[in-house]
Amino acid sequence: MLTNLFPNLKVEDLIEATYETFYMTIIALAGTFILGILLGLLLYLTMKGGLWENRVLNWIVASFVNVFRAIPFIILILLLFPFTDFLVGTIRGPNAALPALIIGAAPFYGRLVEIALKEIDKGVIEAAQAMGAKTRTIIFRVLLPESMPALISGLTVTAIALIGYTAMAGVIGAGGLGNYAHYFGFMRRDFDVVFVCTVVIVIIVFIFQFIGDIISNKLDKR
Amino acid sequence: MISIKGLRKVFQAKEDNITAVDRLNLDIKDGEIFGVIGYSGAGKSTFVRLLNRLEEPSEGSIKIGDREITALNKRDLRLARQEIGMIFQHFNLLWSRTVKDNIAFPLEIAGVPKEERERRVLELIQLVGLAGRENAYPSQLSGGQKQRVGIARALANNPKVLLCDEATSALDPETTNAILDLLVDINKKLGLTIILITHEMHVIRKICNQVAVMENGKIVEQGEVLEVFLKPKQSVTKKFVEQVMGSGEDDDLEQLQSTYKGEDIFRLHFVGDSANQALISKIAKQFNVDINILQGKITQTQMGAYGNLIVQINGDEREKDNAVAFITEETSVEVEVIQRAN
Ligand SMILES: Nc1ncnc2c1ncn2[C@@H]1O[C@H](COP(=O)(O)OP(=O)(O)OP(=O)(O)O)[C@@H](O)[C@H]1O
Ligand SMILES: [Mg+2]
Repeated sequence: MLTNLFPNLKVEDLIEATYETFYMTIIALAGTFILGILLGLLLYLTMKGGLWENRVLNWIVASFVNVFRAIPFIILILLLFPFTDFLVGTIRGPNAALPALIIGAAPFYGRLVEIALKEIDKGVIEAAQAMGAKTRTIIFRVLLPESMPALISGLTVTAIALIGYTAMAGVIGAGGLGNYAHYFGFMRRDFDVVFVCTVVIVIIVFIFQFIGDIISNKLDKR
Repeated sequence: MISIKGLRKVFQAKEDNITAVDRLNLDIKDGEIFGVIGYSGAGKSTFVRLLNRLEEPSEGSIKIGDREITALNKRDLRLARQEIGMIFQHFNLLWSRTVKDNIAFPLEIAGVPKEERERRVLELIQLVGLAGRENAYPSQLSGGQKQRVGIARALANNPKVLLCDEATSALDPETTNAILDLLVDINKKLGLTIILITHEMHVIRKICNQVAVMENGKIVEQGEVLEVFLKPKQSVTKKFVEQVMGSGEDDDLEQLQSTYKGEDIFRLHFVGDSANQALISKIAKQFNVDINILQGKITQTQMGAYGNLIVQINGDEREKDNAVAFITEETSVEVEVIQRAN
């Protein structure tokens, strides 16, 4: 039936492309989570009145975040070609997309992390200080756990942006559903392929949103 | 003993600097419940926050026991803070942790091993009366219960000092009383020193031994609670005492005098334990007089009862004099003559 409706679709190719999209999204998401938390924490801790108040460092991190958020993703990929080549050894395939995906998404997520951290009640941090907690303890036992629901819902938003980025990366050779839709659908005027790829991407987005909402709600004890 | 010398805190503002605590000197004895009262902006919160250096002093020294808090480096300050409990107006619990885990947090910070932590947490839950709620999250608790968690948490590392900044201000009167009772209970059981900030005189009246009145960053009056209640010197203090005892008595007095023209009227000042000795009925039995209570209020403090009664005493002239002499000489009640018949 699938072959009747979509005569040009090769199921194995679709599965392969879907797998690549998942692969890129999940690995990039893991990288974005770590780098974004790092950036967000740095922004938060070094801000005025923060635990590591430091104007210079804050300015540097904020500038990095702002600059990389300002660069359109498609241009960022091109810009990072030499870096990617050096790091991964190739500029084609899903792995080659990862550096650009992470560097493109982490600053965005970093800002969401910063916002989430700013939402934490100052009193709770003060209470931990009054108990004699080290800054490290405050970060890992207070800041991160207390903002976890917001960190997760921010990650969901970022994941969805990342899925969009993987499709863009796909068009210039990174593989995945974007690649499949572009080369086997658009270039050959086989629009049934484009259509099916779209549907699959939408389903992936829904899955991420659904899982993110469940986790975030489960963690939220407020 | 807590010894504070020349403590000063200046906040740098854009235009002018704000001196929140101004060259404050104070000694607080071990095991005392020491109240600090003052109006909003008097510098009370700044004062307690200086004690564990949540706020860095601009000048002066703080000594708790034989530890010079103001001289400690960062690491030693952290260790010292583990022995200074603090509770807050808005409780400041971690919402992501259960009651049990909130109480365990300071123990984690102090590096107490897991088994001992669990044992201690159960002990504390019993102490503050939260048995059965250990696995609840703060959002599932009432304000009073949250403050009990706050108290348990503050006591976890066996502190010698407990700092309370407006610990009952977010609670209703009944819950306030229950929390205050708990604090007295803890003070007696554990013998720890409690420093309690409030803007409500009835809190002072109910649990404190000593009180200091703060105004503009300074302590303007200080002493035993009863003493301050009885003889408030500063006008701020008088206002706070009126919060509890009511005011405008002198207006009422004129009315009393005109109503009971030509009768004997006395004011009896009760200070300390004598109010519990059934004074009125004793006089009525021992002397051949009638006592008519016209007006008054007696209230209980940690150091005994305090208040005054305006009474009319009727009877034979000699008996009246004897009764008054008895009160003056044999009891700690002071007699003030408001009006004599002749
Ligand atoms: N971080 C700060 N920066 C600047 N000024 C401050 C700061 N904290 C307190 N102040 C000022 O210090 C003074 C004393 O404030 P504090 O909070 O100690 O008063 P308080 O007696 O606790 O009042 P309340 O009963 O309202 O809590 C106020 O004038 C306040 O504006
Ligand atoms: Mg205050």
